Amino acid sequence: MTGGRTLFDKIWSSHRVSAIDDASDLVLVDRILLHERTGAVALRSLATAGRRVLAPRQSFVVMDHVVDTRPGRTDATMIPSGTAFITATRDAARAAGLTLFDLGDAEQGIGHVVSPELGIVLPGATLVCPDSHTCSQGALGALAWGIGSTAAEHALATSTLRVKRPKTMRITIDGELDSGVTAKDLALHLLSRFGSSGGAGHIVEYAGAAVRALDVEARLTLCNMATEFGAFSAIIAPDEKVFDYLKGRRYAPTGAEWDAALVSWRLLRSDEGALFDAEHRVDARDVAPMVTWGVSPQQAIALDGEVPDFANVEGRDPRELHDRALAYMDLRPGVRMAGLPIDAAFIGSCTNSRLSDLRRAAALLRGRKVAPGVKAICVPGSTAVRAEAEAEGIDRIFRDAGFEWRESGCSMCFYAGGENFGLRQRVISSTNRNFESRQGPETRSHLASPETVAASAVAGAIADPRSPL
Amino acid sequence: MLPFKSLTAIAVPLIRDNIDTDAIIPSREMQSVSKTGLAGGLFAGWRYRPVGSREPNPDFILNDPRFAPAKILLSGGNFGCGSSREHAAWALAEYGFRAVVAASFNPIFRSNCVNNGIVPVELERDAITAIAASLGDRPDSRPVTVDLEACSVSTASGSRWTFGIDAEARQMLLGGMDAIELTFMRQENIAEMRAADRNERPWIYL
Repeated sequence: MTGGRTLFDKIWSSHRVSAIDDASDLVLVDRILLHERTGAVALRSLATAGRRVLAPRQSFVVMDHVVDTRPGRTDATMIPSGTAFITATRDAARAAGLTLFDLGDAEQGIGHVVSPELGIVLPGATLVCPDSHTCSQGALGALAWGIGSTAAEHALATSTLRVKRPKTMRITIDGELDSGVTAKDLALHLLSRFGSSGGAGHIVEYAGAAVRALDVEARLTLCNMATEFGAFSAIIAPDEKVFDYLKGRRYAPTGAEWDAALVSWRLLRSDEGALFDAEHRVDARDVAPMVTWGVSPQQAIALDGEVPDFANVEGRDPRELHDRALAYMDLRPGVRMAGLPIDAAFIGSCTNSRLSDLRRAAALLRGRKVAPGVKAICVPGSTAVRAEAEAEGIDRIFRDAGFEWRESGCSMCFYAGGENFGLRQRVISSTNRNFESRQGPETRSHLASPETVAASAVAGAIADPRSPL
Repeated sequence: MLPFKSLTAIAVPLIRDNIDTDAIIPSREMQSVSKTGLAGGLFAGWRYRPVGSREPNPDFILNDPRFAPAKILLSGGNFGCGSSREHAAWALAEYGFRAVVAASFNPIFRSNCVNNGIVPVELERDAITAIAASLGDRPDSRPVTVDLEACSVSTASGSRWTFGIDAEARQMLLGGMDAIELTFMRQENIAEMRAADRNERPWIYL
């Protein structure tokens, strides 16, 4: 074989049990994460079929999707039916002997925040979860991908999955991101450039100087939106930053096993000359702070831009979709994004709710106030992030500025627990999806970095965090 | 799971790119810890007016009686993008859909379809447009056929297109098979591989 192997090839071949057909393999699954939205459905269905979880110690259950995030929460949710998801998942997880991070536990939080935090995800491991944003965890050099509930049953029962082999794509980001430009802006830039099917059928390896320069939390943000890109998943070759990050975390190896793991993890990179099915190069200096204007994450533009005319984005969406997005968002071509009045601001979600995200937003909020009439909410990604932020006094900065400071969960990234922003409210949000009615009935969501959300909350309108407030 | 060989049924065109699973079944409609009880919430945000009510929106195509009962859905590119919620496939199946013909599919949604007896048919956009046009104003008397044995789609007027589908997915759909049963047949392989891997990477086996 010439040309060397990709990082993906190395992980895939070390997990391949057997070929199923020309296109698919049976692969070993090292870690399974479940959450209360589908956890009970999958575990009950498994039990009904008389099947048991093959490796319960390698399977973890989080409470994030449906749980309430208002202070003083209980199992109750705003939508009455929500509680059953929580209690049924708790019961099913205990019955199956899985490790559960429950409401009230110090480890509670969003799965894709908690898993890296506890060292559940490891370089070179395969990890699956019935959640499309599982791709986030590729940031640590794992092969992590989202699956459905039935596939989760399969993984639980057999510690394997039958998977169609994805094609490989490398996106190399050369150079350095400008100061004030974040991983979120980079993710939105890639979406606007390559479209929401740009990664379809591929495992995307992010590489290049700008990616190596990102810290682990920023890499989680970049990989998080690979699902918006239509990709199977995303991955970044693990490096010393990842090893330093993992060392000492609860489920990371220790002692001689740590040393052995490090030796194998250092081989996890695409060989010189490895061939990819698709390659893209992007200059980091072309990336500016971004915001979405429409109802698909690909409908994103630079923050200092204007709502695009159909003629300027031809070839992307058909006219009907473009017009439909404009009508839904109540926007017209030529309207400047900066200065667009907002009703609400949200910082949270598996995309941007980690400690570094909150620190950067807090730096902009310090000594400032949220504009009158703007509902502003911050939901830390995990109970641990919340505690660390409180130890640093970050919660005070948010609260003093007029933000609600919440318990952890997926919260108003979507309204699973029933809470939402209200009819046709315009929201600037650090989340990942600006779909119709995602954050409330006919809500108008604009995706951006936590910095942009913070600056906009203060201005009462979409604002560039690099401009003086 | 219900096997699928060939189906001749009413097709309904909802031809738009990037129809996401939040649109197929909004989060608020997933009210019970169950794979059922979801058909009423299918496309709820578009199907009812005002949002959140159960008043049929007369402008939404599924509420047009000429398309009842539709079993084949025609759509655009990147169908089923967004959240991995299998409730989207469960809701479509419970409503009665057995096949979705689209320009492309989100990968998680595609396998959710296969796991629930829905055939994901990928065709060129021109073909989908032609199938939609073939329905005219009498979709109930111009049924569409999806033949999984022949891997073809044909219209009442006799136009026919073939499509590709992975051998694994096709076998599962044709036989109405359960993937876990198939994998259990390789249990020994899996056990051997896990034992060897435990020596190689003990830190994975907690």
